[in-house]
Amino acid sequence: MSDLPITSVPPMARPRDEAAPKRPLLPLRVSGLRLTADGTALLDGVELTLAPGGCTVIMGPNGAGKSLLLKMMHGLLVPGAGDVSWNGIPAAQATARQALVFQKPVLLRRSVAANVDFVLKSRGRDRSRRDALLREVGLLHKARQPARLLSGGEAQRLALARALATDPEVLFLDEATASLDPASVLVIERIVAAARDCGTRIVFVTHDVGQARRMADEVVFLHRGRVAEHSPADVFFPEPRSQAARDYLAGRIVL
Amino acid sequence: MQSIGEAFHLALSLVLSGEADLYEIVGLSLRVSLSATVLACGIGLPIGALIAVSRFRGRGLVLIVMNALMGLPPVVVGLLVYLYLSRSGPLGFLGLLYTPGAMIFAQTILIVPIVAALSRQLLEDLHAEYAEQFRSLCLTRWQSVATLLWDGRYALLTVGLAGFGRAVAEVGAVIIVGGNIDHLTRVMTTAIALETSKGDLPLALALGIILLVLALGVNAGVQALRMTAARQAHV
Ligand SMILES: Nc1ncnc2c1ncn2[C@@H]1O[C@H](COP(=O)(O)OP(=O)(O)O)[C@@H](O)[C@H]1O
Ligand SMILES: [Mg+2]
Repeated sequence: MSDLPITSVPPMARPRDEAAPKRPLLPLRVSGLRLTADGTALLDGVELTLAPGGCTVIMGPNGAGKSLLLKMMHGLLVPGAGDVSWNGIPAAQATARQALVFQKPVLLRRSVAANVDFVLKSRGRDRSRRDALLREVGLLHKARQPARLLSGGEAQRLALARALATDPEVLFLDEATASLDPASVLVIERIVAAARDCGTRIVFVTHDVGQARRMADEVVFLHRGRVAEHSPADVFFPEPRSQAARDYLAGRIVL
Repeated sequence: MQSIGEAFHLALSLVLSGEADLYEIVGLSLRVSLSATVLACGIGLPIGALIAVSRFRGRGLVLIVMNALMGLPPVVVGLLVYLYLSRSGPLGFLGLLYTPGAMIFAQTILIVPIVAALSRQLLEDLHAEYAEQFRSLCLTRWQSVATLLWDGRYALLTVGLAGFGRAVAEVGAVIIVGGNIDHLTRVMTTAIALETSKGDLPLALALGIILLVLALGVNAGVQALRMTAARQAHV
């Protein structure tokens, strides 16, 4: 035994380095995504590739399937057919490295601070970050208040703080600023932009064309359960390639 | 045989006299039924929450059985517990028969299904609200259960109250496994049954009045807690 040269130990047998860089989540490949309910196709063969970095804004008329697509990308819904592949990473692991801010924030029946603590604790993270997160979204002064008494804008900012508490590599926002006051909208946009600048991949669903212009690096236009257009922002807004997007941007009704 | 009015008068003066024997009975009733409620919540709430978050084959059957067990007749529970606790029964070595322990045991079994079934219903609604968020956060089943129980805590008070109400009011189980022994296992309901059959209506009525006041008081307390919680939007 003892005469075995130490070099004979294969490198793979060494304990894995804890700080080893994780396999990146992106690119995301969505192919042939389909979902039908009662015979109608809600998503009808969605093809989409998202490259690393930046902010993708998903637009499209009501009922186009934006929320369904977001939930499938995040792993909350299983598609009827097709595939969502996060760079080959198993779906459950991918979900854990992402966060989603829902259109209607789901807040726990606890204080503002406890809502953030809950997420930090569930991820085994240090609670000392809580105050910094609350300060970032402008809610530190409300830390002790019951979360469910917050106004709409405050509630959504808390949901965002909670999402950021997981250090997501991908942050999904589903019409997170719809029906909020302008100040809250700007706070959320500023924080999301800062997260993007720090390398978080942003996927943002919005109806607000002005907001899309401010946030988007690229735009995915969804129409009748299909990707009608996927263009860089500096192409999409001045001259959209698809008729549906042209009509939508011009304020014509798209069904 | 006194008139009802006379009996009421005597009963009230008994209640107000603070007679030691009377309040010993009240104290034991509370001790037994509160212990049973706490135990039943300890067992029934996690069961209810677990079923609320789980989907499995035969779930519908489990729900039917649980709902049916809510209506268990106390005398049947008493009889079964008696068989288990009697000297020759499987748990006879515990020597619990005809002690308050046996009464707590029987009442716990009586109300576990109530706590489990009612909490299941309530937590399933809460889970419908939280489920997507839980999945997004990749919570384990037990983390989900713990979170639902904590966030449903004020609503669940009502469930505990329903269990306590059933326990403190039942007579069939405690009389079989407790034996209604004076100064040892006599509780309000068994005392009322005994005193009525002996014709001592004032004592029976006095106990009845106390039982009612207790039920009202506990209900009012829980209601006040819930209202405080509602002001914080925690219900
Ligand atoms: N669970 C479901 N079952 C059946 N239909 C659904 C379900 N969820 C959404 N839909 C339908 O799918 C379509 C797309 O929904 P959604 O993705 O929410 O649209 P949006 O683009 O406005 O976010 C809508 O017509 C909606 O009614
Ligand atoms: Mg939507």
